[in-house]
Amino acid sequence: MSSPSSPSSPHDIVRRGAAELGAAIADGSLSSVEVTQAHLDRIAEVDDAVHAFLHVDAEGALAAARAADEARAAGESRSPLAGVPIAVKDIVATKGLPTTAGSRILQGWIPPYDATITTRLRAAGLPILGKTNMDEFAMGSSTEHSAYGPTHNPWDLDRIPGGSGGGSSAAVAAFEAPLAIGTDTGGSIRQPAAVTGTVGTKPTYGGVSRYGLIALASSLDQAGPCTRSVLDAALLHEIIGGHDEMDSTSIDAPVPGVVEAARRGDVSGLRIGVVDEISGEGFQSGVRARFEESLKLLEARGAEIVHVACPSFVKGLAAYYLILPSEASSNLAKFDAMRYGLRVGPQGVDSPSAEQVMAATRDAGFGEEVKRRIILGTYALSAGYYDAYYGQAQKVRTLIARDFAAAFEQADVLVTPTAPTTAFKLGEKLEDPMAMYLNDVATIPANLAGVPGMSIPNGLAEDGLPSGFQILAPATRDDRLYEVGAALEAALLEQWGAPILDQAPALPVREVTR
Amino acid sequence: MPELSRAEVAHVAMLARIQLTDDELDKLAGQLDQIVGFVATVGEIAADDIPPMSHPLPLVNVTRPDVVRPSLSSGDALAGAPDAQAGRFAVPRILDEE
Repeated sequence: MSSPSSPSSPHDIVRRGAAELGAAIADGSLSSVEVTQAHLDRIAEVDDAVHAFLHVDAEGALAAARAADEARAAGESRSPLAGVPIAVKDIVATKGLPTTAGSRILQGWIPPYDATITTRLRAAGLPILGKTNMDEFAMGSSTEHSAYGPTHNPWDLDRIPGGSGGGSSAAVAAFEAPLAIGTDTGGSIRQPAAVTGTVGTKPTYGGVSRYGLIALASSLDQAGPCTRSVLDAALLHEIIGGHDEMDSTSIDAPVPGVVEAARRGDVSGLRIGVVDEISGEGFQSGVRARFEESLKLLEARGAEIVHVACPSFVKGLAAYYLILPSEASSNLAKFDAMRYGLRVGPQGVDSPSAEQVMAATRDAGFGEEVKRRIILGTYALSAGYYDAYYGQAQKVRTLIARDFAAAFEQADVLVTPTAPTTAFKLGEKLEDPMAMYLNDVATIPANLAGVPGMSIPNGLAEDGLPSGFQILAPATRDDRLYEVGAALEAALLEQWGAPILDQAPALPVREVTR
Repeated sequence: MPELSRAEVAHVAMLARIQLTDDELDKLAGQLDQIVGFVATVGEIAADDIPPMSHPLPLVNVTRPDVVRPSLSSGDALAGAPDAQAGRFAVPRILDEE
């Protein structure tokens, strides 16, 4: 076995970024099988403690890695990330691989088809390591609402990794995967990125196909990359993005030049707008301090800092918690115990009806948060309340879109801290749904208006835990996120001398024999 | 702004086809009342002249060409079914016994 210091030891391999691994595989200095095996070993060593994965597919990943190596030997170049393994959130359909959306109601379900994202990853030669843990049907901000137990934050195993995509971000932060796929309905890529010290991008709504994603709220859901660097995110974004005729909400335009923007990383002459309404009050002091320092770094690199008013943003949270449950209650109606998933008969009833079986199954199969939101959504859409709740919430959405439009007249991008606090303790907010919901205050406006957003790690707060810097751009101008994200990342790296994850404590490692 | 009673929560749960235990009802009723109180604040800011936004993209009736293409086989479609008989989904009775 290689020593930790040898250039291609498993320890070294898993700490390299995806772009670097892709280049090493392309020039033959590493094989995809070596890289994939190193990550499978890392998962075996640390995932008992982190629980980022719900399902690991060692056999499938290694078969895909062998195919990537053979393609390279034959001179085929499928993508800059060919042969680089990836973890996929368990809400994305993967043919032949279990897909549960973190719910008991789909336990054991194996999709007979691939999501478009999965098809594109396979075509680009990325081996799929497995499926990552998540809040049930992506409802949550902490990954504690998974039916299969919580994921733990690699920075402190007693803390949450964010949600709903805590599994994807934790896998990337714990060096179990160089890349992961997340989905972001109200911040579920960006907020976990912020609290795990990783990079997370929510592309423009419609920029990445939703075909084959188990829907939470169809007008808000968007899949995107979870990575450790801005360039890695851009490379993955380019693979999964672009028009798909299987999704009628997919944008019929090429992916903007995100990789080029990530390589350039130049903010000189750019106007950066600070949204004061979601940057100050209620935010942890260390999070605010890191935010202010990041602004100074961007200013030193030639950006102009301006302050913009977005008064409707604070009302976004209330609108979101009406729109999401309403759409979710409709989307989750398909879990009716008839064609797939769990079926439970009501106790003490002979020859139960379909309706009774449906009610008993949904009680047994859905967790508390899912029931809470389905009932709230059903209530908000019910006769007499539709106009007062759902209709009003859609009007707030118009106001938020107008705020964005006005702000983007004054600034090229908008910025805020990604989450109000660093990672809180597991269990701390579990019995207080409103406190949990407040965590998404800064990320939600982007989903309501459909604009793209990114979170990059910008340091450690006073408690030694990572904080995130959020960048928002106008719809279809995802390239601006990468331009600004890469510039800030470079400035921070210069200051720190090494990636922030180097400061994370070592994880307990289980001895693994193959 | 209406308060959400325990009976209303039970009624809405029935509409949503979710059978709840008494304990679940007790807990959910309190929490939902608090959440509804919060989300109802949307009514305070959006005036009548603001049009609702139904979708972030300006798309209208996007359709694919209406052509036959390969789809799931019946075996694939039935593979995840809780029960199947003779190549079809087997479901609980859908009509009343009377």
